[in-house]
Amino acid sequence: MNKLSAQRVSMQFSRDGKTTNVLRDVNLEVAPGEFLCLLGPSGCGKSTLLSIIAGFLSPSAGAVKIDGEAVTGPDPRRIFVFQERGVFPWLTVAGNIAFGLSKLSRTDREQRIAHYVKLVGLEGFEKAYPAELSGGMKQRVEVARALAVNPDMLFLDEPFGALDSITRLTMRRELLRIWEAERNTVIFVTHDIDEAVQLADRVAVMSDRPATIQQVVNIDIPHPRDISSARYLELRDGIFRQLGLAHKV
Amino acid sequence: MNSFAEPRKWEKLFWPVVACALFLALWHFLVIWSATKVFPSPLAVERGIAELFRKALLWRYIGDSLRRVALGFGAAVLLGIPVGLTLGWYPAINRVINPVFQILRPISPIAWIPVSIILFGVGDKTAVFLIFLCAFFPIVVSCVDGVSNVPLMYRRAGRNFGLAPAQLLSRVVFPAALPQIIIGLRIALGVAWLVVVAAEMIAVDSGLGYLVIDARNSGKRYDLVVAAMLLIGVIGLVLDLLFRGIRNFKSVRWGFRNES
Repeated sequence: MNKLSAQRVSMQFSRDGKTTNVLRDVNLEVAPGEFLCLLGPSGCGKSTLLSIIAGFLSPSAGAVKIDGEAVTGPDPRRIFVFQERGVFPWLTVAGNIAFGLSKLSRTDREQRIAHYVKLVGLEGFEKAYPAELSGGMKQRVEVARALAVNPDMLFLDEPFGALDSITRLTMRRELLRIWEAERNTVIFVTHDIDEAVQLADRVAVMSDRPATIQQVVNIDIPHPRDISSARYLELRDGIFRQLGLAHKV
Repeated sequence: MNSFAEPRKWEKLFWPVVACALFLALWHFLVIWSATKVFPSPLAVERGIAELFRKALLWRYIGDSLRRVALGFGAAVLLGIPVGLTLGWYPAINRVINPVFQILRPISPIAWIPVSIILFGVGDKTAVFLIFLCAFFPIVVSCVDGVSNVPLMYRRAGRNFGLAPAQLLSRVVFPAALPQIIIGLRIALGVAWLVVVAAEMIAVDSGLGYLVIDARNSGKRYDLVVAAMLLIGVIGLVLDLLFRGIRNFKSVRWGFRNES
């Protein structure tokens, strides 16, 4: 059975009497444990789609079902990781990671914090505040905060978009390592074609507004992926053409 | 010393002290040169303060003024923060109440003096009430602004982790708004210290504001008038410095990144 299915999801916003169609009849299916990338040009509505899937917005038409149940609001079993600065600046690293753990006993909570601090490589920074951390480290804190509640789905909205390109590559590798250890279902929004082809099992390519899913591309390359291999380049170029982009700068 | 260099520790204290000394010297010589009979020199003011100390009035007056500020400001904090958080949290209520606030807010606390004397009589209660009034509005406004400026992302993250509305308010919205609330509290305390002087001139017979008016009326003791003024200034500075210290707590420090 599918983990998630979106059926004919449409979304329109009205402002000053003007209606903008953002999403039109989006259909999407995601298998349990899958890593899916939503790829599309900036402003095409992929973040809107992810916010609907996460339950922050309700669609104008259509429905999203997860485990067969309609999504009616956000849920701690499915955690959203924001573009940037989603960590709480008034809490330490440990405080942020513990944010969703108030129902646990003290010892369980300490264990959980220690485990995820280690998983994202922030040992020694438990008592540091976000203002003292680099952008990449803040993003790790947010990922750790999300994973600490043992969610079965993770929604990531261009999580590495604000990072420099070297940190971004490291973070992708880290995310894959974590995903291989935890095996959550991941939906990852990006406008970066390389990022999508490096990370995903499948890439859902979205059109410009009003967005639909143009095509779903299977990335049949095992991890770790060689980003100069013929198959990688072939898949990447295919998506380039799909988005209507010329290959020469 | 160029302007990019971080001043050394002793310099941070040394130069302001030099400036104060120069100010006192300038004052001293201006009094001598102008041969004024009315305005006291710094030494006369110093003797005035010593006299207050001997008569056991110095600490009593300072204590009375501080007590009135503590009561009025404390009441404004206790009432203003919940009211401000509520109005920020429910924009619909705020839209209804806000016009009333905007009309009451620009009224100087001094203008309330006759009304508060009718309500509370001449005495401590009137002074405390005036301080409460002047501190209440800045606190409420800063809470409303603070809450409505909390990024949507933080609220969504809080809801995502399953927080009920009350928890969302206490664990996300309040800490996120706290730096702005602290700014409002600091402004309110500054205004409260201004207003206590005015209130004490009219409503009571103790405190630093009373000292200013009493020293003038009973024998034109301008050395005591200026002594009271200096004390008011120094205590105001100390109160503000204490408040600025709050910003160095790490759980609010993030909100003051671009200020010195």
